[in-house]
Amino acid sequence: MPHIFAALVNLNHPGHYVHWGFIQMSVANLLVIGLMLLVFVLALVLPFPHGRAAARERAARPEASAVDERPEAGTAP
Amino acid sequence: MTSTPPTTTRTEAVLATERPTWTGRFRSRAERSFPPEKLLPDRQPAYVSSWIYVFGALTLGAFGVVLLSGAVLAVEGPAWWHVSRVGLYVNSLHLWSTELFFFFMVIHLWGKFFMAAWRGRRRATWITGVLAFLMSIATAFTGYLSQQNFSSEWISTSAKDGINATGAGAFWNVLDFGQMLLWHVLLLPLVVGAVIAFHVLLVRRRGVVPPFAAASTVVSEPYETALLPSAAPAGPAHDDFGPEVPHNEEAP
Amino acid sequence: MNHKRFKPDRDVVEWDGPTVRYDLFKEVTVCFVIVLILTAGFAAIFGSPDDPAITLKSWSNADPVDFVQTAITELDGTSGTAGYGPPYNSTSGVSQTIGPVSLESLAGVGVPINTANDFVIDPLLTLPNAPAVDAAIASFQSAAPAKQAQWEAAFEKVAATATFNGHLQLKPGPYGPVGVVMRQLLAMARSGALDGALTSGGQLYSTNSTKPLLFIADGSYLGNVATAYNLSGAPPQWGMMNETGNYPGQAWLWLYTFWYRVPPMSNSSSGDAEVWAIMMLLTLLLMLVPFIPGLRSIPRLTRVYRLIWRRHYREG
Repeated sequence: MPHIFAALVNLNHPGHYVHWGFIQMSVANLLVIGLMLLVFVLALVLPFPHGRAAARERAARPEASAVDERPEAGTAP
Repeated sequence: MTSTPPTTTRTEAVLATERPTWTGRFRSRAERSFPPEKLLPDRQPAYVSSWIYVFGALTLGAFGVVLLSGAVLAVEGPAWWHVSRVGLYVNSLHLWSTELFFFFMVIHLWGKFFMAAWRGRRRATWITGVLAFLMSIATAFTGYLSQQNFSSEWISTSAKDGINATGAGAFWNVLDFGQMLLWHVLLLPLVVGAVIAFHVLLVRRRGVVPPFAAASTVVSEPYETALLPSAAPAGPAHDDFGPEVPHNEEAP
Repeated sequence: MNHKRFKPDRDVVEWDGPTVRYDLFKEVTVCFVIVLILTAGFAAIFGSPDDPAITLKSWSNADPVDFVQTAITELDGTSGTAGYGPPYNSTSGVSQTIGPVSLESLAGVGVPINTANDFVIDPLLTLPNAPAVDAAIASFQSAAPAKQAQWEAAFEKVAATATFNGHLQLKPGPYGPVGVVMRQLLAMARSGALDGALTSGGQLYSTNSTKPLLFIADGSYLGNVATAYNLSGAPPQWGMMNETGNYPGQAWLWLYTFWYRVPPMSNSSSGDAEVWAIMMLLTLLLMLVPFIPGLRSIPRLTRVYRLIWRRHYREG
């Protein structure tokens, strides 16, 4: 049982670093930052499935689309 | 149909003449600001259809795992994870859930920035979000200081100069394991939890920020009234979400 | 009714268009489970680091000369801790300042440390059956301050060329009882007794590791080990962000550590205070973005939102 708690990948070896001008960063940190940027971009561009359900609901309704229904903001008391 | 019991009318009459209680006043204010369908909604605006919206919930989920793994470490005490393989695994859970917590939080921040999510009386939501970020960093910092190993030794002796320079070092001693552990386990998580709760309540109150729209001349009220409970009854003009779309789930 | 000019970076036309089905509890639950699975996976694959701390024992055995060279500065008051000023002691003129203000000095000596007594004399006095040490300390303490300074300076001079081959090899010199004091402190450290004496202060329970940490940090050994791990804050390393081995560190400290490399902070004696002041200012700016014209216009001008709400703009 204890063996499943030992790490499969040993990260305790001396760290790898990248040097770029006066910037020095660990490969690990660079990976994390790179991954964050990648996930952010993916979150923006990947299609979101929910929209299809909304489109189905709108199509099922006899009234016109949302734009015509929306009253002018700020005119209500 | 039975008639209204006379006590109801009498209670109302009594209430009308009595001084309001703290409890009653708080309850009324809470009911006005957070009617149940606003506090626990099961509808959201149709424009919420992007994966970027999931990152707030992912941050919350990560916070939950951080708290859970931290609780297990607390149950066993600070020496456990140094001597037990299970303890080391739980420590790893605590470390990686913290990494994920910041990972999702920062992406959530980027998303909210590019949506200009402070618009429309949502500035307090933005401010509490940044505050949660800062308090989380402080909490993680005290966590690193509580490790009782080379990492905490180096971090504490290095960080002391910066902290001392602010004057805080006179009463907040990063070299004092006992003090830092208590701040990490009790005080700071309470603060972070409270700020997050306030932040989420603000999101529920104002709703998710709408997309950028065309300019018009008459818009939202001045910001000075933004944090006061809405005096007007909740209605289409003041609701953050629009009138209900007929909910034809059973329709084909 | 207020008629205020609409500012697109501050104001909004509230939505009263269509809504869709949404399950708040389900979303948070699913997210919690996703993070739990990811966490369990990362923890199993990568684990976490736990390198043991350097102790006075491990330090004095690995580098006894560095230990002795540090110990004499603790006795004569020239070590980093001894000359630190607030919060450890009231050495004047060393506090960091921002212009005329020194927050450090204003806060005062909240963690009082007298390195000569706390790190050297008092621990040695706890040794039982050590008449030579007691005599040396008594001789030292009863001498005039000028004599003490003479002995200390003489010892510091020979310590600079000291070697170790199982025993500390020192050139002879007029360092009087200081020689005995230093040798005994080294022996006490190498045995592990100094760690105990400094942490517990004679009590059974202790949770305050301030004294041994400050003593260790005054030496070069700790910094050398950290530099080998790429954890140093001194250029060219960006140590503040890093973790031992190949573990990710604290990437969010990138901007904080960046300023330490930029003049004038990089060679200022008040560098820490200055960097903190800059970061507090930037943090305030981040918090107040909604109020700052120009800054709050960036989202609208960069048009990233066209991606986020593309379905809305297409169908609306």
